[in-house]
Amino acid sequence: MVSGIRPGRCSPVSVVIALLVGVLGFTLAVQLRTSGSPDRLATARQDDLVRLLSDLDAREARLRQEIAELEETRARLESGAQGAEEALAEARRRADAVGILAGVLPAEGPGLCVVLTPTRADIPASALLNAVQELRGAGAEAMQIRDGAGLAVRVVASSYLVDASDGSGIVSDGTTLTAPYTLDVIGDPATMRTALRIPGGVIDDIRRIGGTVAVTARETIAVTALRHDEGLSYAKPTS
Amino acid sequence: MYVVLAAAFGVLCGLIVDPDIPVYVQPYMPIAVVAALDAVFGAARAKLDGIFDQRQFVVSFVSNVLVAALIVYLGDQLGVGGQLSTGVVVVLGVRIFGNVAAIRRHLFRA
Repeated sequence: MVSGIRPGRCSPVSVVIALLVGVLGFTLAVQLRTSGSPDRLATARQDDLVRLLSDLDAREARLRQEIAELEETRARLESGAQGAEEALAEARRRADAVGILAGVLPAEGPGLCVVLTPTRADIPASALLNAVQELRGAGAEAMQIRDGAGLAVRVVASSYLVDASDGSGIVSDGTTLTAPYTLDVIGDPATMRTALRIPGGVIDDIRRIGGTVAVTARETIAVTALRHDEGLSYAKPTS
Repeated sequence: MYVVLAAAFGVLCGLIVDPDIPVYVQPYMPIAVVAALDAVFGAARAKLDGIFDQRQFVVSFVSNVLVAALIVYLGDQLGVGGQLSTGVVVVLGVRIFGNVAAIRRHLFRA
């Protein structure tokens, strides 16, 4: 296969061939190096560069659009998440407020400690109810009645106060309370104190009946008595 | 065999020496290299076919390189540089494939 070349080894044509092939190898090596270097763009032809530029422009436009779409999705998700978070926080707040009002959650806050002590006569349920109503009107948010024996009853919207049939005390929500009665009320202390003090109000009333009222404002009143939530038997929501 | 040696020597020189190629030549170098390769493969096939002629190889080598570079340069001047260069590369590629297939048939009888 290669024997046919030997005889003409040193002829000028062979030299030329060797030269040409050598130059080819040389150029090949150099070209391979050049195309690997970052100078490639500098050696490219104008047409190639223009095509490259338009390709890159199209790609940039596509990517920008993708960015805009993704940003929009992210904004939507964020606002959605925020909305859900806010709704959840709002629901929690309402649950807390309703729980306190219904008496199923303990509460604490600033308020008054009102102690009603009978001196000359027993304190009737009507007087205690009067006090409770007055405090409610003054903005009491949570209330409990503690008695002399250490029992405590949470006062809520459906609480009742009646005199015990045997005269031993006051019955509230099934629990018989004995004097002295301590009302722990959470609310604005100044407003509630003023409400109790109005002429002809609770304090005057109790004094007239034959008892004493001691009102103490406190930074933290703890209303810990809880009420069993039995649910409503008759009333249903209309909406 | 001396051809292979010469080629290897050229590649070695190209790797060692790092010449600065003039800028106006650089865009045409890839085409020139491919055209030269086409001539070389054609010569290899002719050798295997037994019809190799040295003079013909030299002429075909030089003319291939010059014509390819000229066509691409003309295309650039006319404004169809991209298309013409693609065309030249395609044609050279087709010829190289044909020559390589013939060489393969000779070498492996397959």
